Amino acid sequence: MNLTVKVQKKLGTFYLDADFAIQGDRFGVFGPSGGGKSTLVSLIAGLRYPDRGFISLDGETLFDSSRKLHIPPEHRRIGMVFQRPHLFPHLNVRNNLLYGYKRCDPRYRNVTLDKLVNVMQIGHLLDRGVRYLSGGERQRVAIGRAILSNPRLLLMDEPLSAVDDSLKFQIISYLKDTCAIFEIPYLFISHALVEMRVMTNQVITVVDGRVTGQVTAEGLARDRMKGTIGYMNLLRLTNPRRINGLSVYRWGGQELFVSSDSSLPETLFELSSTDIILFKRHPEAISARNLFEVTVTSVFDTGVRLGVELKCGSEVLIAEISKEAANELEIKEGAQIYAAVKAVAFKSLG
Amino acid sequence: MPVFSHSDYLAILLSVRVAVVATLLSLPFGFAVAYLMTYKRFRGRVALDVIVNLPLTLPPVVIGYLLLLLLGQSGWIGKWVLQPMGIKLIFTWKAAVIATSVVGFPLMVRSIRTGMETIDERLVQASRTLGAGWFDTIMNVILPLSVRGLIAGSILMFARGLGEFGATIIVAGNIPGVTQTIPLAIYEYVSSPRGDVMAMALCLVSITISVVMLIFHEWLSRRMTRAD
Repeated sequence: MNLTVKVQKKLGTFYLDADFAIQGDRFGVFGPSGGGKSTLVSLIAGLRYPDRGFISLDGETLFDSSRKLHIPPEHRRIGMVFQRPHLFPHLNVRNNLLYGYKRCDPRYRNVTLDKLVNVMQIGHLLDRGVRYLSGGERQRVAIGRAILSNPRLLLMDEPLSAVDDSLKFQIISYLKDTCAIFEIPYLFISHALVEMRVMTNQVITVVDGRVTGQVTAEGLARDRMKGTIGYMNLLRLTNPRRINGLSVYRWGGQELFVSSDSSLPETLFELSSTDIILFKRHPEAISARNLFEVTVTSVFDTGVRLGVELKCGSEVLIAEISKEAANELEIKEGAQIYAAVKAVAFKSLG
Repeated sequence: MPVFSHSDYLAILLSVRVAVVATLLSLPFGFAVAYLMTYKRFRGRVALDVIVNLPLTLPPVVIGYLLLLLLGQSGWIGKWVLQPMGIKLIFTWKAAVIATSVVGFPLMVRSIRTGMETIDERLVQASRTLGAGWFDTIMNVILPLSVRGLIAGSILMFARGLGEFGATIIVAGNIPGVTQTIPLAIYEYVSSPRGDVMAMALCLVSITISVVMLIFHEWLSRRMTRAD
């Protein structure tokens, strides 16, 4: 995806003035609610007209006010997943899925119904009416419908905001895997940092109708430590074993004990940077179930505290400690220390 | 037991025919106007709204008279369009259809609009981003989701058409066997001596048709609710 946007749009008292160019396949648009993310997306999709400006995608101009050019949404080949599924109530799942496919030029029909059903595992739903689907199933069908229209870019406007927390990360993995398999570039819009980090590599930030920057998702998370938010380490763990009521995962060349009753083959966990306790020397015995020997790879200021990047086998963790603690521990780049994490500190995201 | 004359039977048949034809003719226009009023912002929208709804507030006789002025031999349409084409509308059953259409049209538009306004705008947007143009979206999303409104509007208009009197008598006259509908026949019986029994008999026919229509509507909407 090669997207250039330079648009202005006034909506009541709100004024959107966006100017950015992005290149990449997994991009995010991040910012607080009401900041103009959805407006920006509807301008890119062609559902609204900018007052002035220019939009181009992969070398094709989609909108240019100076030439009075506006390609209508149905000719842009830009798919869209909304906050809610918005399935057509008069069509069953199969016909919802095929709605975009039938209207797609046969030259671009790379994703077919069979392939999609296989990847998204929705074969058993095909002949159902959309009223007989659960919330998670509906959003899966909506995602499938957009993908099956074989778009050259998929816009996802907070597609998880109306989904139960327990299902969010299941759907995220569907989304991510399906887009990866079919090689569909996307623009993922959200105000949730964790979703952003799981879904995207690069992020543009939108605040008060303006694009304020372009950073990596990881950089954004570290940047946000300066507030009161802290940092969440995200760990995707697979194939647990059960030992004494705990789940044991292989992670970065060592074993990780997690207090979780999840039996799923793959689970995403978050671990707060403040839940990692650092020791200068090996403690003789502690109650925390996880103790790793780690190397400090970088130390950065987060305002009141310090962020410490730790190399833990082949993985990386971010811990956050006070400046006094850092002095006592003599934390510096290259230092060999120990990190302890309680098994209950991991929170399963699904 | 009253016995209906041949012209009474014709009146009953004509009433049903006029109401059915007027309803069917109005359906596509009603849908189009309801679509414009619900989805489009354009200059003259308020004017269109007023014109469409005017027959609701005007006395039917006034509508009939205006139609007569418009479609009659010296009227704009009558003189410049109908006469050169050799079409005569006034005092034929077709004039009754036109009168019924005009009078019932706002009821139909209102019903369709009420249904259309409940369609989520996002469904229309989803359809567009899935590659459907505006006409494609109208035919495949808005139309099927407006079916309830279309049915309700049709039944309302049919019922209104059966009772149409004022506008019809002016543009179509009251010619037994040609333009006389049930209300016109009742009017004639009531104004003639010893016509009360026949008037009452035709009233019963009218009530029966209306009740059957309402039951049909009820049955249809229940069926659709169940299908949902």
